[in-house]
Amino acid sequence: MADTRETFQQIRFILLQNRQGKTRLAKYYVPLEDSEKHKVEYEVHRLVVNRDPKFTNFVEFRTHKVIYRRYAGLFFSMCVDITDNELAYLECIHLFVEILDHFFSNVCELDLVFNFHKVYLILDEFILAGELQETSKRAIIERMGELEKLE
Amino acid sequence: MALSGMRGLSVFISDIRNCHNKEQERLRVDKELGNIRTRFKNEKGLSPYEKKKYVWKMLYIYMLGYDVDFGHMETVSLISAPKYPEKQVGYIVTSCLLNENNDFLRMVINTVRNDIIGRNETYQCLALTMVGNIGGKEFSESLAPDVQKLLISSSCRPVVRKKAALCLLRLYRKNPDVVNIDGWSDRMAQLLDERDLGVLTSVMSLFVSLVSNNAEAYWNCLPKCVRILERMARNQDIPQEYTYYGIPSPWLQVLQRILMGTDVVKNVNKNNASHAVLFEALALVMHLDAEKEMMSQCVALLGKFIAVREPNIRYLGLENMSRMLLVTDVQDIIKRHQAQIITSLKDPDISIRRRALDLLYGMCDVTNAKEIVEELLQYLNTAEFAMREELSLKAAILAEKFAPDLSWYVDVILQLIDKAGDFVSDDIWYRVVQFVTNNEDLQPYAAAKAREYLDKPALHETMVKVSAYLLGEYGHLLARRPGCSPKELFAIINDKLPTVSYESYIDVEIQQRAVEYFELSRKGAALADVLAEMPKFPERESALLKKAEDAEVDTAEQSAIKLRSQQQTSSAIVVADQPPVNGSVPASNHLTLVKMPSQNITEESNVTYEEPPVEIPKENGAPVEVESKVENIPETNIESKVEPPAAHPASQADLLADLLGPLAIEGPPAAVEQNPVQGLETNQSPVGDLALATLEDQSNSVQIGLKAEWRAHHGRLVLFLGNKNTAPLLSVQALILPPSHLKTELSSVPDTVPPRAQVQIPLEVVNLRASRDVAVLDFSYTFGTSLVNVKLRLPVVLNKFLQPITLSPEEFFPQWKALNVQNLKVQEVVKGVKPLPLPEIASLFMSLHLAVAPGLDNNLNNLVACTTFFSETTRAMLCLVRIETDPQDRTQLRLTVASGDQYLTFELKEYIKEHLIDIPRVQAASPPVPVQPQLPPAAVPATYNDPGAMLAGLL
Repeated sequence: MADTRETFQQIRFILLQNRQGKTRLAKYYVPLEDSEKHKVEYEVHRLVVNRDPKFTNFVEFRTHKVIYRRYAGLFFSMCVDITDNELAYLECIHLFVEILDHFFSNVCELDLVFNFHKVYLILDEFILAGELQETSKRAIIERMGELEKLE
Repeated sequence: MALSGMRGLSVFISDIRNCHNKEQERLRVDKELGNIRTRFKNEKGLSPYEKKKYVWKMLYIYMLGYDVDFGHMETVSLISAPKYPEKQVGYIVTSCLLNENNDFLRMVINTVRNDIIGRNETYQCLALTMVGNIGGKEFSESLAPDVQKLLISSSCRPVVRKKAALCLLRLYRKNPDVVNIDGWSDRMAQLLDERDLGVLTSVMSLFVSLVSNNAEAYWNCLPKCVRILERMARNQDIPQEYTYYGIPSPWLQVLQRILMGTDVVKNVNKNNASHAVLFEALALVMHLDAEKEMMSQCVALLGKFIAVREPNIRYLGLENMSRMLLVTDVQDIIKRHQAQIITSLKDPDISIRRRALDLLYGMCDVTNAKEIVEELLQYLNTAEFAMREELSLKAAILAEKFAPDLSWYVDVILQLIDKAGDFVSDDIWYRVVQFVTNNEDLQPYAAAKAREYLDKPALHETMVKVSAYLLGEYGHLLARRPGCSPKELFAIINDKLPTVSYESYIDVEIQQRAVEYFELSRKGAALADVLAEMPKFPERESALLKKAEDAEVDTAEQSAIKLRSQQQTSSAIVVADQPPVNGSVPASNHLTLVKMPSQNITEESNVTYEEPPVEIPKENGAPVEVESKVENIPETNIESKVEPPAAHPASQADLLADLLGPLAIEGPPAAVEQNPVQGLETNQSPVGDLALATLEDQSNSVQIGLKAEWRAHHGRLVLFLGNKNTAPLLSVQALILPPSHLKTELSSVPDTVPPRAQVQIPLEVVNLRASRDVAVLDFSYTFGTSLVNVKLRLPVVLNKFLQPITLSPEEFFPQWKALNVQNLKVQEVVKGVKPLPLPEIASLFMSLHLAVAPGLDNNLNNLVACTTFFSETTRAMLCLVRIETDPQDRTQLRLTVASGDQYLTFELKEYIKEHLIDIPRVQAASPPVPVQPQLPPAAVPATYNDPGAMLAGLL
């Protein structure tokens, strides 16, 4: 059997973009050059922005697939392996949004714009090395509290 | 709305938001970047807070899609800051701005390690997070043991340990050797007892990765996994905070995909999270290849899914049906849902249509081919461009594979050509012609069909071709039908002819035909034979099916199913279009031997490296022949005789350095046949100004040589391509793949090299800036039936553009001081240096075109050198180098490089470092003969294992 080491579970990248294609967060777990990152962001945005809300939340992207979900004007997209469990990642996005919502109490796009650095911090507590690290909302919110005290 | 907490940052973000258009935004960004750049340049007045603020701004600008090509140093250096706020910014922004291949990361490995092994938990977390997100191979090698310690430590808090688990996973992916299986299976078993679910989730990811690589080694963990599942799924024994919409940690359950062996509860809950678990359970059922009863239950369940309105569930239903087809014989049960699946082919969502197409393709057989193919043809009318190619290929394959009768097959292909001619390759219509020619019954039908299509006003070129062929051969069978007289047939085909493109220049084509027809007309009686019907084609394998087999790999991106079935793996996103699989390259092609004879053979030694290094050299300096065939080199090696010896000063300083003479590499053919396994071997002479390369492909032999002249940032090279065979080389192609810092211009290469001939191809090189990348010659040709392709590195390396210069102390010291600017002067302690006496380092420097200036440094353990670097951007630029050695420890030294350009400084430093560290093991192979003191060790590369490396090594 082929070497499956890399096939399991790894998230390739996570993007948070608004409808106009402005990137609010971009996290890559695979090494890409800058030009390639910008291209990926452009392509993923084009791919998801025009899809009907009644469509599936999954769409093929190159040799991978993008699991995305739209919250108001924001698209959360995760690029995962073709063999990965779509629904698990779809709910992963939702959990992330719940955490953001909790942290910013009623999150809106502007919170994420002005506090993009905080969003990166939260993401690092949630996902690491392209894998889920912590699924307890409480644990993450408490951890953020600890970190804020240090600043 | 919460503000960022950094006023300057918030103001900047507001400014950007207030820009009315892209142009304004760009102006604002440029202004900010300019400001940051100036502030970074003059770092003294910069407070840690300001630094932090600027680095965040850079990240924000970068996210907006602008290039941020400076400040990486400053960002990375924040990692070493003493206080948390700056350190945090350093770590986070570094992991966003840089990727694992960035050289700056190497500089902080030590700091990162200190943070990991240090006592500060927060720093440990920051370091583990960055390494987990962007750590590369080097991190893997130096940090894995420390990370492992944290993971199993009983004194660390969960927050550290879960990060350690995933960080270790990253390191393991970069280099599987860092996790030693023997020691780890017991450790993993202990880790699975973890009560903290955060740690357990992370550990499970690591575990799944380890298991997927080597399942046997971790059998001992199996009972524990089952217990975890039982705890969650059956006993619901789990802290409230880890339940998600009432389901116990669905992700943890999903993670256990391999082991999930407990009861499958088939209660369709509307909730995604439980569905996620359910689909894993299905995957398990498939994996276990359960009994038919279970399978049909699964299909029944999926059947319900593909009928629901919820698109995600419908998608997954289709997808999983396709997966099931791959593992078991459930075709008959799935066929019951055919109508429903065909409905999905018309869904507005392309994701669903693709799944439906895959599934239809997979479930097609003789019984339903007609219906399915006709659906596909229908769909072709409305399908978007992105799907047409895949669709038509699939339809063509199914039609050929499962055609219930041949006339139907002809119908389908003609329809395909009509609807999507651009995607119907020549193979497909050739196949139609073959079938028709070989089946008499089919001929009138096919001819009639072709005639019908010709009545259409607009025809695809392929349709004109196939109709012309069919009517040309079988038009006479239609003679009695209206509109089918030979004259009418001719007229109608002639009408369409202008839409067909000529494959070559029309006038020549016409001349050629004219001559041929004239010759034909003179054949007399034989003419009847020529004009007779085509004989039957011999049975051949379908070119289409063959192509489809190849295409299984090529079109993988179009079809998720294929990827799944192949377990295709990749750690990165495939960013470029996938290149077609090149099936025609014979595996036996490689550059087999590299030998470098030289004409001053008498005053040199030959050192040969072989897998078990052989004792070689000779006392008297005569070459030792390891291969008995060395003698045929001189006769083939004509260039060596014309080379004036004066061009090669025997000074050891020049040994590595100059390639004033042609370079070539030679290997006698016999050596390959005798030693087919011996891929590569060097036979190296120190005065390596001349050598020959021979590419061996069983029967053919080609020489590649090179001659070079360098002046400032220009290089003029001549490539020699010599054909030593008695047959010509065809389709010869030579391309230079230049790295971005070189501008190259290769004169055109003749398509054919006649037998026993040599062609010379001039090559102009301009050096744009400093870089250690190497240009590669991509050389290919056809010899007989085989295609040979090799890539060779060209000796266009950094030191070609260096010119040694001697400076007096009055000239040197002001320069040295003036360059006391960060990045322009860089210092590094180099470890693992090959221990060499200072004079040898000096001669190594000479060979790199660095002029050693004695007397500038009073310390006898130090050495100072100067050189001038030439490139288009820098023009002539002075470079100063200093090394300070430690007489107690010769394996390390301090290297300082200074120049007026930061990239040049960096590249030159790395270049020198490579030579100091990568000094091959001459001592090991050569006996301590004092007769050869002039042999500079650096002249002899170690056993490289790729031909390109070897070529570069020669220089």
